[in-house]
Amino acid sequence: MTSGPAFLGYARADGTVGTRNHVLVVPTVICSAVVAERIAAAIAPVGAALPHLAGCGQIGPDLTVTHETLAAYARHPNVGAVIVVALGCEQVVAQQIADAARHAGRPAHIVSIQGEGGTLRATARGIEIARELAASLDSVERSWCPASSLVLSVKCGGSDYTSGLASNPAVGRLADTLVDLGGAVVLGEIAEIMGAEHLLAARASTPATGAQLLRVISRVEAEAMALGVDIRGTQPSPGNIRGGLTTIEEKSLGATHKAGERTRLEDVVGYAAPIAKRGLTVMDTPGLDVESVTGMVGGGAQIVVFTTGLGTPTGNPIAPVIKVTGNSRTAQTMADNIDVDVSGILTTGESFDVAARRLFTEMLEVASGRPTAAERLGHREFAIYRRNPTI
Amino acid sequence: MITAIVVHDGDNVATALEAIEAGQTVSAGPARLTAIDAIPRGHKIALRDIAAGAAVVKYGSPIGTASSPIAAGAHVHTHNVASARGRGDLHAAPRSPDIGIP
Repeated sequence: MTSGPAFLGYARADGTVGTRNHVLVVPTVICSAVVAERIAAAIAPVGAALPHLAGCGQIGPDLTVTHETLAAYARHPNVGAVIVVALGCEQVVAQQIADAARHAGRPAHIVSIQGEGGTLRATARGIEIARELAASLDSVERSWCPASSLVLSVKCGGSDYTSGLASNPAVGRLADTLVDLGGAVVLGEIAEIMGAEHLLAARASTPATGAQLLRVISRVEAEAMALGVDIRGTQPSPGNIRGGLTTIEEKSLGATHKAGERTRLEDVVGYAAPIAKRGLTVMDTPGLDVESVTGMVGGGAQIVVFTTGLGTPTGNPIAPVIKVTGNSRTAQTMADNIDVDVSGILTTGESFDVAARRLFTEMLEVASGRPTAAERLGHREFAIYRRNPTI
Repeated sequence: MITAIVVHDGDNVATALEAIEAGQTVSAGPARLTAIDAIPRGHKIALRDIAAGAAVVKYGSPIGTASSPIAAGAHVHTHNVASARGRGDLHAAPRSPDIGIP
């Protein structure tokens, strides 16, 4: 038992705490993705596959990012056991993914499609292993773990005017509360800090961290500008613009509210890199929702709080994604996809603090195992950030 | 009366919580003003005149510059506000990579 706010989590041998206990089925390459999905489906919902488009034809940083992202999922606290599904001739090395899991104390097996002799044999062998692993995980009990062991990913997508006025400030107060308790918060989407970086840099714990944030934002802006087009139309998106957001600066100023109002910025890390510090970390992810959440979960986030004004359904294969809206119409029209409605902030005068307390309770209940809307609906989107051409 | 939210004291725009028709009186923080355009739900209304080239301010920070003069009560959006960020169209010559077989 622990004092202070707590949830029922999976305490891992490596000291981390999971909110879920999945058997992760990792295809090393796009060519083994279908077999991996069939193996995971045979032990649903405990099975979780990571279908992706990469693993071969990659060069330099992209190959490294693919490898490190898959390895990060293999040792993630929400994963209890791992099956790596290889084709046999690809660039990503199955053994290294399996080793990442084993070093974190999780059992890991490799099934090779070329080695087993085709789709049917590889699928059958994988399902046989998956059933044994699922049975062994079934006996693992949850135990009380402090809220401070959480790494919370904060995210927004399908933003409209309500995001910056209601849901993001409410999530920001949740972030402040979790950091006060000793927890960690991660914010991604570098393009959506553009125009609000002065506010985050001013909260950096050291001048070097603030300078690092500004460097990453300058790099992303320069990459976008090198294409010779106006970023507007992508940032903000057509839907954002219809929803009342005029410029990326306006979108960013509303978006960064979700990282808290006063937490200090402790670190800036690369895509899917380990989130090593408590407090607030900024991760170098793109603004595309699924690539961004994939990276932050890879960094160690065991739970995601995701605000949306227009409504969006996406989840993650291994981490619960809690959908929050500040738009009363979206709360009704997309009720299937929404976990928490904070539209009362704009319609009935609910305070940010009261909304944040509701979000805190929701976060602990979901961390303890209650499925989110995205989990119930089978939303398990996964996409690895790609920056280089396919060769 | 229709309400528009003013986030920060220094802002020169407010956000309409419901659709506003031209000619309607709008309550925006301590101010009352008359809308001179229709303002869709969630879009912004100018609280005072904003000169072309001046900063449009929301959340207490600039969200862009007026690309034409904006009168108090006008709809403020992409037609009269330019972003200062990510403007590759202004600052860089487009690269034209060879795609396909020459």
